[in-house]
Amino acid sequence: MSQMVEMARLMQGNEAVAEGALVAGVRFFAGYPITPSTEIAEIMAERLPRMGGKFMQMEDELASLAAVIGASLAGLKSMTATSGPGFSLMQENIGFAAMAEVPCVIINVQRSGPSTGMPTAPAQGDVMQARWGTHGDHPVIVLSPASVREVFDLTVRAVNLAEKYRVPVILLMDEVVGHLREKVVLPSTGEMQIINRLVPASNAAGYLPYRPDENGVPPMASFGDGYRYHVTGLAHDEQGMPTSDPEVVENLLQRLHNKINYHLADIILDDAFYLEDAQVVVLAYGCSARPARHAVKEARQKGIKAGLYRPLTLWPFPEQRVLEIARRAHTIIVPEMNLGQYRLEVERVVRNLTQVRGLHRVHGELIEPGDILAAIQEVV
Amino acid sequence: MRGLERYLRMEKFPHIWCPGCGNGIVLGSLLRAIKKLDLNQDRAVIVGGIGCSSRAVGYLDFNTLHTTHGRALAYATGIKMARPELNVIVITGDGDATAIGGNHFIHAARRNIDLTVLLFNNNIYGMTGGQFSPMTPVHKKATTAPYGVIEPNFDIAELARVAGASYVGRSTTYHSGLLSELIVEGIKNRGFSLIEAITACPTAYGRRNSMKGGLEMLLWQKENAVLVQKAEKMDSNELAGKIIIGRLHSQASPEYTAVYQQLVDGISQKTGGGMIAPLKGT
Repeated sequence: MSQMVEMARLMQGNEAVAEGALVAGVRFFAGYPITPSTEIAEIMAERLPRMGGKFMQMEDELASLAAVIGASLAGLKSMTATSGPGFSLMQENIGFAAMAEVPCVIINVQRSGPSTGMPTAPAQGDVMQARWGTHGDHPVIVLSPASVREVFDLTVRAVNLAEKYRVPVILLMDEVVGHLREKVVLPSTGEMQIINRLVPASNAAGYLPYRPDENGVPPMASFGDGYRYHVTGLAHDEQGMPTSDPEVVENLLQRLHNKINYHLADIILDDAFYLEDAQVVVLAYGCSARPARHAVKEARQKGIKAGLYRPLTLWPFPEQRVLEIARRAHTIIVPEMNLGQYRLEVERVVRNLTQVRGLHRVHGELIEPGDILAAIQEVV
Repeated sequence: MRGLERYLRMEKFPHIWCPGCGNGIVLGSLLRAIKKLDLNQDRAVIVGGIGCSSRAVGYLDFNTLHTTHGRALAYATGIKMARPELNVIVITGDGDATAIGGNHFIHAARRNIDLTVLLFNNNIYGMTGGQFSPMTPVHKKATTAPYGVIEPNFDIAELARVAGASYVGRSTTYHSGLLSELIVEGIKNRGFSLIEAITACPTAYGRRNSMKGGLEMLLWQKENAVLVQKAEKMDSNELAGKIIIGRLHSQASPEYTAVYQQLVDGISQKTGGGMIAPLKGT
């Protein structure tokens, strides 16, 4: 294994998801085929049974995430992969996983929408769905890679964060990154941190399945390991039993959010390029970050103090970092393949500290470096 | 109840079901079956969907899971795949299993995965207050069918059989002893087993359909149920409006998790393993 991963390889983004998941310890995959995520399921179908894991092609996306949650409760690191319309169908069970604190990873290789949209065209239209797709106020972690190597790293990270915080983690890819082929050198397994869920230290009799540890996360026993307990999507007490006691419910929902909010430093990951003295900052993620980087380089060659800020953790929103940028730069440009989903969040956070410009495309063609460069030149 | 307390979370009682509801009888039949088989509570998982029946899982001292509406079988499939050695029992209702969960139902039966499904059929959506389900008989009234249901209803036992289930049984709460025997057979069956339990909902169904109370509905079951052995000698006129109960179908066929294991073993033989050592966590 370590020999294999140290080699340089030409690899597709979707392939890197599968590699990352397997290295991170994912041993159960259930999914339903949908373009442009299909290769992930195909690779998992081939690889998992060879390593004692399980692959299932379910009847639909609802069943896929339901099976993933079931397998996770029975102790396996579990995930699914889908694209836009399938992601919509998974929302109900994403909410369940958030409420019942079941670790799981959902890969969404975004495609153009709404509805069936353009199945093979790239888009970044699921940014808000990833944050608020299921009903209620729920915690969530959403990661966005921009290169094949980053897909691998963030898939491992997604599995680790899901296990550590017992939350559904969404890897929000896009068609470009999913189908892009790049030369990658993967790290050897020894270099990588792999996190497994915390199991209860107490004996089965005293086990309270929803009593949090000091980090706000309850240790998790697997079904079949001698800890008999109840799991429900209803509001519940520390025993896992349904309740509508206002105080208990309030505490539960606050804790579900706080276990993320109190660990922002651990969860938020970002990348900066020429940011130190930048007066115009391009804030970009996923496929739009690639032309953005190119445009910033060209702007620097023209003597313009431009920089790139790239959130790899889209949600929770990197509020402090964006505020720091807003205090120094006179303009933040947000290029994205939607009509302003993340730009609106940037505007909400920076308020009147600086001006925010959007650069939006929804026709299925990538944003080009020249488009972003022109936007930079327009504001200097 | 004697000897069954060990299977219950006694501190969770009283239960939420209405007076006259048959769900307690179905639950009793399940517990007697579990006792007869002496199932290990740590090695059994009981999964419910949404609805009156599915709330039963909260009262059972097992590994229990109360899922999203209609999806119990898909959750149970994941559990069974992850740990095939566990006994996985699914409690669901007629609305849960045949409407919103209809697709999951036919595909779980088609795979013949080793799950035992105890379907509480009260012919109505009880928890939401009496709307018709795909198993409400035609012409019967419901809050969303004030002039009577115009849709033909499912025969879920027949649907399970043709979809691929290897065991199908049906009984009523009046015939609770038979119900318990069928559940025993269903749990023993290595494959997908459906046991349909006809149960009374006097509050949301009986009241709107001139069936008075729970007792009258039990007596209706007594009068209208026909054992499958007897039914074989009756013609279609005699069987009109009757419920056929007993073991309706039993045929051994390849079970999904076992077939999956064979697949894994086959790959290992061909490739000489390919097993990657488990990674050490932090």
